[in-house]
Amino acid sequence: MIINAIFFYLFAGITVASAVMVITARNPVHSVLFLILAFVNAAGLFVLLGAEFLAMILIVVYVGAVAVLFLFVVMMLDVDFTELRRGLLNYLPVGVLIGGILLAELLLVVGGWVIAPAARQSAALAANVTNTEALGLVLYTKYVYFFEAAGIILLVAMIGAIVMTLQHKPNVRRQNIDQQVARGRASAIELVNVKPGQGLS
Amino acid sequence: MIIGLGHYLSVAAILFTLGIFGIFLNRKNVIIILMSVELILLSVNINLVAFSSFLGDIVGQVYALIVLTVAAAEAAIGLAILVAYFRNRGSIAVEDINLMKG
Repeated sequence: MIINAIFFYLFAGITVASAVMVITARNPVHSVLFLILAFVNAAGLFVLLGAEFLAMILIVVYVGAVAVLFLFVVMMLDVDFTELRRGLLNYLPVGVLIGGILLAELLLVVGGWVIAPAARQSAALAANVTNTEALGLVLYTKYVYFFEAAGIILLVAMIGAIVMTLQHKPNVRRQNIDQQVARGRASAIELVNVKPGQGLS
Repeated sequence: MIIGLGHYLSVAAILFTLGIFGIFLNRKNVIIILMSVELILLSVNINLVAFSSFLGDIVGQVYALIVLTVAAAEAAIGLAILVAYFRNRGSIAVEDINLMKG
């Protein structure tokens, strides 16, 4: 149990510290790298909670896809980030105020709250089943519509991202499939009677 | 030294607050704002998984999976908008984005 506590404080501490670094780092590349650190440590917290599948998915989806996407955009856009940081301290007081109020409220809620006894009894996890299997048993049966909705969301996001970022340059030759298919013998072949000693046209 | 539900909820609350604070602190930089939104969604996921684990109900993890999907889609769309905006304007300053309306 003491090992559990040590690892909880390790993961939680690094998660919170790297979250602080995400929002305060001067260089956005450092921000993205600290975001990756925060997500990896959150995955550690998930493992401590017994949600191994979600922990691995968090690493695959966030570190493998989203963080790399962020890194790609940060490095691709030629932005003057020092210009964007100007006037940073103007927003500090209102940010501290609202953040402090929110944190106080959330901690009050966490501190003064108990689980209803009925909630603990009603939901029983199937024994001797791994986390991934338990998740699959409900995800593909009872919650299959949510699963498909998630797929549609991803499809729409993918198409939307492609449509928004795809650009047609005017002076690049592209395929025109209709024209190519409709091309017949009459328009493609010309018989020219070439006289000796003369070039074509 | 027993780690209870309250510990996990406290971590999630701190992460949520840091996300909100990040949005205020980096008002001009959309990339950091998107990262702050990712932090907020991560804190929501920690809450869902913690409740799921301590109440012994797997549905919380199903919901966390859906939240993860939406977060990934949101990041992709947000960054695509950012790239398209940068191509038009040559900057990503958030204050000028309201000039696009109409």
